[in-house]
Amino acid sequence: MTAVASVTPTYYLTLAAALFTIGGVGLLVRRNTLVMFMCIELMLNAANLTFVTFAKALNDISGQVIVFFTLVVAAAEVAVGLAIIVAIFRRRQDVTADDLNALEG
Amino acid sequence: MEALIFYACAVAVIAGALGVVLARNPVHSALFLLLTLVSVAVLFLQLDAALVAAIQVVVYASAIVVLFVFVITLLGVDKSESLEEPSLFQRPAAIALGALLFLQIVFLAGHHWVTGSHSARGALGTARSGNVQTLAKSLFTDFVWAFEITAVLLVIAVVGGVALARRSGQRSGSGAGPGSES
Repeated sequence: MTAVASVTPTYYLTLAAALFTIGGVGLLVRRNTLVMFMCIELMLNAANLTFVTFAKALNDISGQVIVFFTLVVAAAEVAVGLAIIVAIFRRRQDVTADDLNALEG
Repeated sequence: MEALIFYACAVAVIAGALGVVLARNPVHSALFLLLTLVSVAVLFLQLDAALVAAIQVVVYASAIVVLFVFVITLLGVDKSESLEEPSLFQRPAAIALGALLFLQIVFLAGHHWVTGSHSARGALGTARSGNVQTLAKSLFTDFVWAFEITAVLLVIAVVGGVALARRSGQRSGSGAGPGSES
């Protein structure tokens, strides 16, 4: 185990970058609005991981405090977003993003 | 040991994230999301953020994922969907742009000039004693204004959610405002 290089903050940041990228690509390629929401959650988690990593690296507590506010925003976003999805489903019996083109020019 | 935990959790995080994107069934996506969230919570523990890890499990892994699964079952959209892409260039373009984004973030993360200055708000507590007191002190002094605004945001979200989900007259589809016409 001593031969393994120690884990530096860069490792965590790279992992967060990969998580953010997967979330972003998933948001672009999927059509189900529920799955798109989950991809947004992945991106928010990547940002949280970055904040906590910098809190550790810089020895600064405010990075962890920011994560609280991110969690609150995520919870509010999920509550409103899922309510919107339910309202859309009641109206159209479908939650595919391609079919939601009523506002298209 | 730390490296071992990190690599195990990193594999779980990436596998869960890929599962969210690639699963055909939304319920499977939600469960993969749960895997990712719990693994990120373990990484938070590795980074001396015990309280944040606990809140991650409580808020994200229980509340939000349960809400997702609840909506999936409520809507009955748990049937598999095909992953066929109707437009030709969107998927390769998304993957190429995602790879570019990844390389940019990794480039930034690997260069120490982005890490900036050192502590301005007080140091982390030691891992043994936990950092709940340090975090709470910062939250209720330096960030108290943002904390108050958070309360307003949550009230707005609750009112908006109720106004949207309420089964009102079928014509008023805007859902604007918590009006009492019912």
